Amino acid sequence: MRTPRGRRRREGEDGAAMVSRRAVVLCGAQLAGAGALAWRMRQLQIEEGELYRSLAEENRINIRLIAPARGEIFDRAGQPLAVNRQNLRVQVIREQAGDIEETFEKLSRVVPLSEADRARARREFAQKSAFVPVTVAEHLDWTRFAQLNANAPALRGVAPDVGQTRWYPDGEAFSHVIGHVGRVSEADIAAEQEASPLLQLPDVQIGKNGVEKMEEARLRGAAGAQRIEVNARGRVIREIDRTEAAGGADLTLSIDRDLQKYAMERMGEESAATVAIDVATGDLLCLASAPGFDPNKFVVGIGQADWSALLADDHRPLANKTVSGQYPPGSTFKMVVALAALEAGVMAPGERVFCNGGYQLGNRRFHCWKRGGHGMMDCRDAIKHSCDVYFYETAKRVGVDAISAMAQRLGIGTRAELPLTAVAPGLTPTRAWKKAAHGESWQVGDSLNTGIGQGFVLATPLQLAVMTARLASGLAVEPRLLRAVGGVETEIAPPAPLGLRPANLALIRAGMIAVVNEQGGTARGARIYDPETGLAGKTGTSQVRRITMAERARGVTRNADLPWNRRDHALFVAYAPIAAPRIAIATVVEHGGGGSSVAAPIARDVMLRALYGAEPPLIAYPPAQREEIQRQRTPPPETPAAEGAPPPRGRA
Amino acid sequence: MIRSATRGMGGRPARGMGLGAKLLRLNWPLALLVLATACMGFLMLYSVAGGRMEPWAERQMARFGVGFAGMVIVALIDIRFWRAVSPIAYGAALALLVAVEVAGVTGMGAQRWIDLKVVQLQPSELMKIALVMALAAYYAWLPPEKVSHPFWLLPPLGLILAPVALVLMQPDLGTAILLLGGGGVMIFLAGAHWLYFAAGATAAGGAGWAVIASRGTAWQLLKDYQFRRIETFIDPSSDPLGAGYHITQSKIALGSGGLSGRGFMQGTQSRLNFLPEKQTDFIFTALAEELGFVGAITLLTLYVLILMFCFFSILANRDRYGALLTGGIAATFFFFFAVNMAMVMGMAPVVGVPLPLVSYGGSAMLVLLFAIGLAQSAHIHRPS
Repeated sequence: MRTPRGRRRREGEDGAAMVSRRAVVLCGAQLAGAGALAWRMRQLQIEEGELYRSLAEENRINIRLIAPARGEIFDRAGQPLAVNRQNLRVQVIREQAGDIEETFEKLSRVVPLSEADRARARREFAQKSAFVPVTVAEHLDWTRFAQLNANAPALRGVAPDVGQTRWYPDGEAFSHVIGHVGRVSEADIAAEQEASPLLQLPDVQIGKNGVEKMEEARLRGAAGAQRIEVNARGRVIREIDRTEAAGGADLTLSIDRDLQKYAMERMGEESAATVAIDVATGDLLCLASAPGFDPNKFVVGIGQADWSALLADDHRPLANKTVSGQYPPGSTFKMVVALAALEAGVMAPGERVFCNGGYQLGNRRFHCWKRGGHGMMDCRDAIKHSCDVYFYETAKRVGVDAISAMAQRLGIGTRAELPLTAVAPGLTPTRAWKKAAHGESWQVGDSLNTGIGQGFVLATPLQLAVMTARLASGLAVEPRLLRAVGGVETEIAPPAPLGLRPANLALIRAGMIAVVNEQGGTARGARIYDPETGLAGKTGTSQVRRITMAERARGVTRNADLPWNRRDHALFVAYAPIAAPRIAIATVVEHGGGGSSVAAPIARDVMLRALYGAEPPLIAYPPAQREEIQRQRTPPPETPAAEGAPPPRGRA
Repeated sequence: MIRSATRGMGGRPARGMGLGAKLLRLNWPLALLVLATACMGFLMLYSVAGGRMEPWAERQMARFGVGFAGMVIVALIDIRFWRAVSPIAYGAALALLVAVEVAGVTGMGAQRWIDLKVVQLQPSELMKIALVMALAAYYAWLPPEKVSHPFWLLPPLGLILAPVALVLMQPDLGTAILLLGGGGVMIFLAGAHWLYFAAGATAAGGAGWAVIASRGTAWQLLKDYQFRRIETFIDPSSDPLGAGYHITQSKIALGSGGLSGRGFMQGTQSRLNFLPEKQTDFIFTALAEELGFVGAITLLTLYVLILMFCFFSILANRDRYGALLTGGIAATFFFFFAVNMAMVMGMAPVVGVPLPLVSYGGSAMLVLLFAIGLAQSAHIHRPS
């Protein structure tokens, strides 16, 4: 409009004149903009007004979402763990019902409505569009539902409906792994980057925990839509078109349902966790945390009393101890310490350390669990007897950083990528870590404590199982929970070798074999007698309290005399069969007492189940226990004398 | 009418006036237009609440009363004061914006507003006015012959882009558009060479093309859902359940109003909750349905008249700061209603911009009345 020459010519004049000229241009532009808006109004309201009026007046187009079926979850053999079931319920559509309170009154003559139900429904009415049906009562029985159907024509805006709800057939045993679904809450909607309109539907449940939560995206599926014409009263005139909902993908887990149920049963009342893992593939066969809870209660909406009871229980039924419980690994950590020293070359395989029942460091004495001492110990015997002094010396020589590096290599202290909630990382301390976290320098005494799996080091039962699997196979096995999605198997790369010297691994394994199978081993009671299988393992007993000098002097208090929550944790890790390891297992019993007396028998029994795939033959048990076990198996249906019978399927 | 309002008072010095003289010099037609527009808003808020003062109309009237009084007070304060505090206002607004952006993410949850008990104020709303004030002060200070110099163009660009970047992080596309538009107009009014604007438009077009073309490639510039929004705008039926549904319903409601509307409180579409946010961003739809083309054009005319009075005030004002400030406020006001109306009529993508003086909401209302108060102050204290 104006040339640069023109601008320069006007440079002398004041800025206000320029502003005025530009303002006129701007005013023109804005008038043009307003003109465009007016033109658009004319187009919509005058020219096409008739069309829109008829759309609005006679046939309003309404859109109804069709909820997809949530994907179901199965165990490795295809047995159902989480399925969809019919849910008989009653819904109210606000724009058809008119006065909500009146509708509640009429409805409550057929279906009992609590004040809590009504309050929740009122809240939902306030949040959702008027044409969205809101569920007022659900999980009705057939009689009520039939009554409701008979009365429905008289109730405006009330729609009996058959929806779907989640059902967990073996709720308690899988409460932690599978988790549960629940009603969509405001927090759930806020958590989604772009909340799907699907979440508004009354039918839709959302994963709150475990696999249900972590695999929500796969399980949920995509909504379908139905475009319908409704008249002014909201009655459906016709369906214009519809796109079907795409159901969520079915998931197959690596878990063995029967094994998991057995493990839960076996742990009984204890506060405990057992993890079984396939040594070759990393498939998690059992991920059991006891006690469990009934997830079905959460689906319906758990009552205040039940909820308070779960929270108050000191055995923490809501926690998934397999992945979120972090425990000092105790003596189960000794393989890590020994391997670190062997690999570093600071301890020769046959080198012996003298144990006189304690280890003097400056003016502090570190005790061995055996007061009288073990005498001369080499690596294999130190593992077999779980001699503390040998590992004090080993830890002091190799140092904490090498120990922690080895622990990381074996899977401790790293968070596994699993579709589970609250997966804890564990802890492998280093010098730099202590400086950063506590502001103090690392002491040699800290290394000694680490040498026997006490002090700062923490591991989850899952990590202990992974460690054992890696020791058994020599491969960097990664745990896997999701076996297949929608029938397509998830790919696993063959695990890479750990890169440890075979001779060192063999020495560690020899120690673990001796623990269970030799006279004087700490877990001889948990032996598997079947010569073709055989168990190798390591016990652990980790202190949760500090033993004072005074207590040491008068004799350490026995576990049975302590209150439950001050007793030691009992741990046991194992793999079997000895010759060709297939399965590794880790059991932690919180405040259970001794690893050999409490944890090892549980781990052994779960291992037997896993190995034989069913009730193991009696020959697998110690001769002294066979008669007892035989009697427990009531009533003996087939082969009363199981001894010598051919072992069932799954035998290596 | 405007001639008499401005000329009649002209010729006398603007300084050292008494309170009475100032009140007389107030641009009363502008104030009355603002009042009339707000009244249309009260009517509609009463109507969409189903003929009740609660929950919206009453509160909106109270806020407007406070805001209107505030407007008069702001108008009576000397424009030199406002000029002096302009950089401070901008700095404060920017600091608040950074504070809610940074602290909002890490500490306080996703709070994007400051609670003043009476009203919750969003720093991004404050910034709309603070930016105009700062740019007006900058160009009033800068000698006019330097305006087109590339170097002297950098500070205003920085002043505009800093808050734009911050609100885009929220993400609040509506405010970003308003800030860019308002800032751009200020540079234009100050007299920057038109080639800059041609270059700017070309660059924006190129950037837009790059964004669209990046979809599905490794260097994709927007999230997938943002692309879906653009798609929805181009073809509302492609997403009949989300935003497209609202636009379709909005057009049906608007169109069904016809010439004279369905009658006050007789709108069926807006009443049946087909519309989201019918009391805020979509209130124009309800108005157009119930009062028809006549009502919609009436509101548009009120807005245009407000703009006209601002422009007449600019032409009568020899003070560079006052004139630029008034121009920037008029432009911001224009962008407010133009973007909102274009959005509900399906001419622009859905971005959250309220209809000025009509939509329910305290933050935008107070900030707009404050802005008009500034324009009034410029008018009263104009040198002639």
